[in-house]
Amino acid sequence: MVVAVAPAAGSKIKPSSQRKSRTGYFLLLPGMTWLGIFFAIPFVTLFITSLQAPVPGKSGQYVPALQFSNYPNALIEYWPQFFRSFLYAGIATALALLIAYPLAYFIAFKAGRWRALMLVLVIAPSFASFLLRTYAWKTILADEGFITSFFNALNLLPADRILNTSIAVVAGLTYNFLPFMILPLYAALEKIDPRLMEASNDLYASSITTFRKVTWPLSLPGVVAGTLLTFIPATGDYINAALLGSTQDRMIGNVIQTNFIEFRDYPTASALSFVLMAVILVFVFIYIRRAGTEELL
Amino acid sequence: MRWIRERLLGLVAVLVLVYLFIPIAVVAILSFNKPTSKFNTSWNQFSLDAWTNICGVPGVCDSFMVSVRIGIISTIFATVFGTMIAFALVRYRFRGRTTTNLLIFLPMATPEVVMGASLLALFLNLRFPLGQTTVIIAHIMFIISFVVVAVKARLQGMDPRLEEASRDLYAGPGATFRFVTFPLVAPGIAGAALLGFALSFDDFIISFFNAGTVVTFPIYIWGAAQRGIPVQVNALATLVFLVALAIVLTAQLVSYRKRKKLELKPEVLEASLPRS
Repeated sequence: MVVAVAPAAGSKIKPSSQRKSRTGYFLLLPGMTWLGIFFAIPFVTLFITSLQAPVPGKSGQYVPALQFSNYPNALIEYWPQFFRSFLYAGIATALALLIAYPLAYFIAFKAGRWRALMLVLVIAPSFASFLLRTYAWKTILADEGFITSFFNALNLLPADRILNTSIAVVAGLTYNFLPFMILPLYAALEKIDPRLMEASNDLYASSITTFRKVTWPLSLPGVVAGTLLTFIPATGDYINAALLGSTQDRMIGNVIQTNFIEFRDYPTASALSFVLMAVILVFVFIYIRRAGTEELL
Repeated sequence: MRWIRERLLGLVAVLVLVYLFIPIAVVAILSFNKPTSKFNTSWNQFSLDAWTNICGVPGVCDSFMVSVRIGIISTIFATVFGTMIAFALVRYRFRGRTTTNLLIFLPMATPEVVMGASLLALFLNLRFPLGQTTVIIAHIMFIISFVVVAVKARLQGMDPRLEEASRDLYAGPGATFRFVTFPLVAPGIAGAALLGFALSFDDFIISFFNAGTVVTFPIYIWGAAQRGIPVQVNALATLVFLVALAIVLTAQLVSYRKRKKLELKPEVLEASLPRS
C-alpha cells in the first residue's frame, strides 16, 4: 500500500510524490550498512590504533593503550609535510580555479550544440590511468624537454629544472584534479539565467562589472564546491609527490603511506590520518553551514 | 574589441581542453616507442612491438585481468546498493535524512589515503586477511556514493507526469516501475555503473593499502614505475582509453538522436492529457 503523505511544513524539499513507508528504509539498508561498517566504523578503529603503544622489543607489534602522546609526537616530526600538503594543494586549487573558470564559462554560455561533447572531453582524461598520466608529466617536464628549456631561456627557474622540484608536484596536482574544479563550476554557471547578464548590460554595466557583480557572485556555490573537491584530494594525494617531486617535496600522504605499509608504524600513521581527516571535516562543515546537506549530492 | 574578447574565451577554452589531453597523447605516442633503456620516457624509434605483443611482459595482462574482475564485481554491488539509496532519497521520506546525506557525501570528500589507512586499520584489528576480497569491499564502499549522485540526478530530472499518467491508466505500482520508471532511469544507472567501473579500475591508493599480495593494474604500474614501465602498459592504457571514449561518445550520440526524435513528443503528450 502506498500512502500519500502531505510533506511536513518547513522541510526544504516537498515533492508531492514522496512517500513515507518502510520501503524507504529497506532501500537504504544494504548500502548504508556497507558504508557504516566499511567507512564509518574504520574511523573508530583508526582512532583506537592511533592510541596504541608499541610492544617493547618487537617492531611492528602494538597493544591497545591510551597513548595520546602519539599525536604531538607525530605532529612534531611531520609538521613540515603537513604544512607542505596544504600549501601545495592550496596553490594547485587556486591555479585550477583560474584555468577551469574560462572553460566552464564557455561550456555553460557559448558552447551551444558542442556543450555535451565538451563535457565528455572534460571527463575523458580520467579514462586513461591516473598513474600513467602523472608519469607522462615526467616526459613533458624532462630536463632536456621543450618546457624546461623555454623557462630556462627566460631564466625563470630557481633550480634550472622543473622535474623533481616542488613546481612539478604542484603542476601535477593542478592537472590531475582540474576536472573536479571544472564540473561543479559548470553546474553552477549553467544554472544562471543569461537574462540577468543581459539586464546588467542593458543597465550600462561594462562586461567587467557584469562579471564582478552578477556572474561571479552567482557562480560562488560552484566555486566553493569545486575548491573543496579539488583541495581535499590534492591534500591527501601522494602519487604526484612520489613520481614528480624529490624527497624534499614529500607530502603528508607519502608519510602516512610509508609509515603504514613500510615502517609498520601504525599508531603514527593513524594519528596523522586522523588529524588530516579532522582538518578536512572542518572545511566540510563550514561548507555545509553555508549550503546545507541537500546541496552536497 | 568585443569580437576579440569572445574569440579569446573560445581560444582559452580549447587550450584548456588540449592541456587536459597532453599527457594522454604522450602515453599513446610512447606506446609506439622502442626505448633505449628500461625507462620509456623519451622518444627513440617507431615500433609496433608493444601492440603486436601486448601480453609479452609477465604481469601486465594478469594484473589487467585482476583489475577487470575486481571492477566488475565491485560495480555490480555498488550499482545495486547506490541505486536503491538514490530511489529512497528521491522517492521516500524517512528519518535521519541529514545523517544519510552526510554518510553518502563524506566518502567523496575523504582523501583516499585516509580511507585506505582506516580500512586497513579495521582489517588489521580484525585480523582479516588482505587480498582480493578486501579490495572489493573497499571499492564497493567508495563507489556507492558516486552511483547515488548519478542515479539521483537522473531520477530528479524525470518528468513526474509520466508516472502519474501511468497510474491514471490503471497501471499498478509494479507495472509503472517496470514499464515507465525503470526504462527512464536505466540510462542513468548504466552511466553510474560505467563511472563506478572506471573508478574501481583506476583506483590505486585505496587498493594499495588493502591489497596484500594481490596486484591490480595500477599497483603493477606503481611497482613498475621504480624500475621502468614496459611499453605494453602504455599500449593497454591507450586501448582502454579509446574503448571508454568510444562507449561514452556512442551513448551521447544515441541519446542525442533519441532526443531529436522525441523533440515534438512532450507537447503532443501534454495536448492529449486531460486538463485537471
